[in-house]
Amino acid sequence: MHLGSTLTVSFRALRRNPMRSLLTALGIIIGVGAVIAMVSIGNGAKSMVEAQIASLGENVLLVFSGSFNQGGARSGAFGAGTLTVDDAEAIRREDSTQLFPDGSPVGQTLRIRSQPFKVVGVLSAKGLSVQGADQDDLVIVPYSSAMKRVTKQTMLRSISVQATSAETLDLAQNDIIGLLRQRHRTTEQTDDFTVRSQVEIAQAATATSNTMTLLLGAIAGVSLIVGGIGIMNIMLVSVTERTREIGIRLAVGAHGREIQLQFLTESIVLSAFGGTLGILVGIATSELLSALNNWPTLVSTTAVVVAFFFSAAVGMVFGYYPARKASLLDPIDALRYE
Amino acid sequence: MPPVVQLEDIHKIYDSGEVPVHAVRGVTLQLHRGEFMAVMGASGSGKSTLMNTLGCLDRPTRGRYLLDGVDVSGLDRNELADLRNAKLGFVFQGFNLLARTTARENVELPMLYGQRRHSSSQMHERAMRSLDIVGLSDRADHFPSQLSGGQQQRVAIARALVNEPQVLLADEPTGNLDSKTSVEVMGVFQKLNAQGITIVMVTHELDIARYCRRNLIMRDGRVVSDIPVPDRLVAEVEMTRLREAESAAKLTD
Repeated sequence: MHLGSTLTVSFRALRRNPMRSLLTALGIIIGVGAVIAMVSIGNGAKSMVEAQIASLGENVLLVFSGSFNQGGARSGAFGAGTLTVDDAEAIRREDSTQLFPDGSPVGQTLRIRSQPFKVVGVLSAKGLSVQGADQDDLVIVPYSSAMKRVTKQTMLRSISVQATSAETLDLAQNDIIGLLRQRHRTTEQTDDFTVRSQVEIAQAATATSNTMTLLLGAIAGVSLIVGGIGIMNIMLVSVTERTREIGIRLAVGAHGREIQLQFLTESIVLSAFGGTLGILVGIATSELLSALNNWPTLVSTTAVVVAFFFSAAVGMVFGYYPARKASLLDPIDALRYE
Repeated sequence: MPPVVQLEDIHKIYDSGEVPVHAVRGVTLQLHRGEFMAVMGASGSGKSTLMNTLGCLDRPTRGRYLLDGVDVSGLDRNELADLRNAKLGFVFQGFNLLARTTARENVELPMLYGQRRHSSSQMHERAMRSLDIVGLSDRADHFPSQLSGGQQQRVAIARALVNEPQVLLADEPTGNLDSKTSVEVMGVFQKLNAQGITIVMVTHELDIARYCRRNLIMRDGRVVSDIPVPDRLVAEVEMTRLREAESAAKLTD
């Protein structure tokens, strides 16, 4: 039998009972839809993290007081480092429109805790950070002025350091740790500070999202298996229902292989169809969630292709047993079947 | 000319249950081209088993079966399937048409399998020709549910003929039909036989057997009688007789 006629016969058989075919494919549809939606959301989050790193600078280290060695609590203050800090003042764009509604704020005076500060610039907008904080709600002043006039503190809470390039980042990180250990007379176990690079922070976030994706992917995988079992069940019923038909086909000259191929094609068509619907549902769901929650989503072509072939594979694996059963029927018994 | 069917001391023993069943106990016979043979016998006589053997659906336990000169004992499952496809046509008591397929597509079914490959237009043409022979070309696109019993059986006959078989095997073909339709269908068989098609028919009705030319009677797995049919009936004649009887009945109402 040609592949063309096999496909036609299979399509016809599935069309005979559209409700049954749809319900059988439902497991696959849900499984694939879930995978596509979650991968898209995961990808979107990941790309946002990457954008964060790019915007903040891969060369940036964050030194903050307190060490996670001391029982997880961040405590201890320390003296200012020997690092130089730029003496810039700036005001963020949104704050500027809130604080200075008409016109450019440059040159004007801003009072912070009744202390006058002269505005020398406006930061370009940055939007939300990975943790969800509004990065634009920010005013930058020289640290010495802030400490003397606004916070009245003598200690710094954190220091941001920019290495000369991505390559020197590790070196800088080690140097800073060594320097501070020397100054504070601490060892690795007794450090009262922590040095993190943006990359490390982003990696931690990515690792969390990866674990989530893996977990949810496992759940989706289970649902695909359940869907496959559903297909196997229905194909077994179908084979039994069509015992007479199989008998006639065998009597007029069908090989066992051709019968097997016919039923296998049916289950693959069913699962591939479910997979396609699932992909569409998954894309629609991720678009919907993206629009509602303002999350970024990125539909991955790889995920779509993999999901499609996976669903076809489910049809092949779970359709094999019923198809084999059909091919092994004895024509005489099959023709006599009530 | 060599016989189209040659059975030499055929035995069939079923060994699946507790007691082995010796269904066919040494049948030897020959069938020549153009013959029209009825196989009769009570249930358990072995006639169904003989038909299954003739139809290459079952292998004999002992003995030789030569179909069109080919010894079938050496063939595997797939080769037997190809042989059935090329040389045999089957007609069943229950018609066995595919339900949600048109008459023409039903007739095309044997052409989907076998060694010869046809294009879809070739299949269409051959199917229509077959339907024409049985007088149903105007109902080619009807579904079996839209056809009467007699018409369905005629579609089944067309299907059996489509690959131009050597032998047509019919298993109680009139069993599900009323007496008038039975005569109609026997008329189709007689017409085909007149054109040279070899037919073997299993039946338990003597009236139906009288439309054939040769009558084989089986009992307990053996052939007990193999004679030409005496007082052979001709379908057209019987049809006319029936129609006259019908109109006579109406007149006297």
